[in-house]
Amino acid sequence: MVKTVAAARPRARGRARIQAGHLFVLPYALLLLAFGIGPGIYAFCLSFATFAEGRPQFFQAGLANYVTAYTDFRFAGVFRNVALFLLISLPVGVIGVVVIALLLHMREGSFGTAMRTIYFLPGAVAGPTAVLLAIFVFDPNISPFQSLLQAMGYEVVSDVIRPRSLPLLFTLLGFFAGAGGWIAIFYGALNSISQEVLEAATMDGCNAWQSAWFIKLPLIRPYVAYMLILTFAGNVQLFAEPQLIAAAGAAPIPQPWSPNQLGYEFAFGLGNFGASAAISLLMLLIGLAGALLVLRATTIFRVDAAEA
Amino acid sequence: MRHAAKTHASAPARPRGSRLRTNGLGPLGAAIRVVLLLLLAVFFGLPLLWLLLAPTKTNTQLTDWMPLAFGSFARVGEAWKNLTDFSDGVVLRWGLNSIFYTFGSLLLGLAVTLPAGYGLATLRFAGRRTLIWLTLITMIIPSSALVLPLFLELSYVRLANTPWSVILPAAFFPFGVYLAYIYYATSLPNDLLAAARIDGCNEWQLFTNIGLPLSRALLGLLTFVSFTANWNNYFLPYVMLNNSRLFNLPVGLQVLMTGTSALRPTFATDLPIRRAEVALAGLLLVVPVALVFLYSQRFVVSGALTGATKE
Repeated sequence: MVKTVAAARPRARGRARIQAGHLFVLPYALLLLAFGIGPGIYAFCLSFATFAEGRPQFFQAGLANYVTAYTDFRFAGVFRNVALFLLISLPVGVIGVVVIALLLHMREGSFGTAMRTIYFLPGAVAGPTAVLLAIFVFDPNISPFQSLLQAMGYEVVSDVIRPRSLPLLFTLLGFFAGAGGWIAIFYGALNSISQEVLEAATMDGCNAWQSAWFIKLPLIRPYVAYMLILTFAGNVQLFAEPQLIAAAGAAPIPQPWSPNQLGYEFAFGLGNFGASAAISLLMLLIGLAGALLVLRATTIFRVDAAEA
Repeated sequence: MRHAAKTHASAPARPRGSRLRTNGLGPLGAAIRVVLLLLLAVFFGLPLLWLLLAPTKTNTQLTDWMPLAFGSFARVGEAWKNLTDFSDGVVLRWGLNSIFYTFGSLLLGLAVTLPAGYGLATLRFAGRRTLIWLTLITMIIPSSALVLPLFLELSYVRLANTPWSVILPAAFFPFGVYLAYIYYATSLPNDLLAAARIDGCNEWQLFTNIGLPLSRALLGLLTFVSFTANWNNYFLPYVMLNNSRLFNLPVGLQVLMTGTSALRPTFATDLPIRRAEVALAGLLLVVPVALVFLYSQRFVVSGALTGATKE
């Protein structure tokens, strides 16, 4: 194959570098295969499987699992619930974060920095801790916002946590824990706007509000799109909040409330792994669509950093 | 990464006189801004302050006293004793599990992530672009979308309900690989690598002698992201683990919330796990992350963490 010694050397070196590259990424590629791609492929196979003697018989079920899952009497309800939640949480989250970041960015100084830190800290509250805090905060008997809740006519926690108010409560909870991180990211994006542009706007007579609306907001638009897509993809996956509020018995709410809860219920409540796979595959596809949209529609992430 | 940090560092160095951003706000505008920001501080800060004070009070004091009243430190000790006595000290066991899982995923994740990011940034090999695309896609998909499929997969290979079922999936850290890739691609001096190659260094020696020593900022960033995500990891261990001795603190907190009458005031039991005890358990989870946050906020503002807040 190799004709001359002179030609062989660069080729051999080229091949050695290819091998080195593969060795560097090999452990990661294995994890990616096992825990990034594998679960999706396995869920796909499982969604067409029947279960005899506890082990899956792949591709024996046809579409039966999909029919079971998607025609379940709770299927439409759980999607209606998250749709309502998204309808409230997306605009509240994005508008809230953008307005706060712009307000903070109007003036530099220690006051703004202190405020930013206070908004950021609740990000440390996640999962069960967030639900715990919510149960306390929404209880008019002990809440730090007691006087406000009592003024609104609420007396016990089940007056506040009601089935109809859940989309709004989950929005407040998500905003409380998640806004600070986004505010910091938007603040970073605002900081990267060139000073010359802002100076020019000021000289042309823009006041602080006008420069926020006409100059800064258009320049951070890619981040708005990015946050919208990620918040959508993340909020669709709601699980811990409805699961725990119901389980803690603080207030009666219908179960399952979200699609992921229904998938969980199929696997653990009914032992129907095939139907559970059919639901989780749908949720995974929604996440995948969001990811592809971020990569296609925004320029936040770079594939070719090395060439840049 | 490095240049992002630099632009951030240069911000405060701007001369005090040229505070151009403040122009045109006016006294009324400034007042409105301050009032709005203070109201928001109440929204974000008050619940945390309340949680910090809750373990100092008894159940009756929590309902009868002012919400932000301080009880006593002795009461915190009592709540701590009740909490650690619960079910033969299982709470401490959960805490140790949390530390073990968090740092297991962190160390394993770093050992896999750093070479991968370095390889993607400095070497060209078949399949490189595909790997970058798959990394980007898997880092943006919410991790909760993968939990049920992961459980189905790992129970097929009989790994569910073992510590590995929590540690291994969390060691898969595509966002870390992306950060490492960007970091090495933008901050490693290419001439230095080329010179070392001519001097006979192989690629692994380049990585350990040049790449790793220049990775301090990157290591801090990856540790921050991985720690905060894994310390709070709830959905994955909740689904994977069945044996309560294997639970981590978030799943354990859920047991305290749902398995006791702490949050059901109408159910009177003798078990001394009440609101104060559950609040204290919640603080065990919140305080370490909050401290790390206070220390690492600069990473986020420098823009380096874009994409870190996926749910």
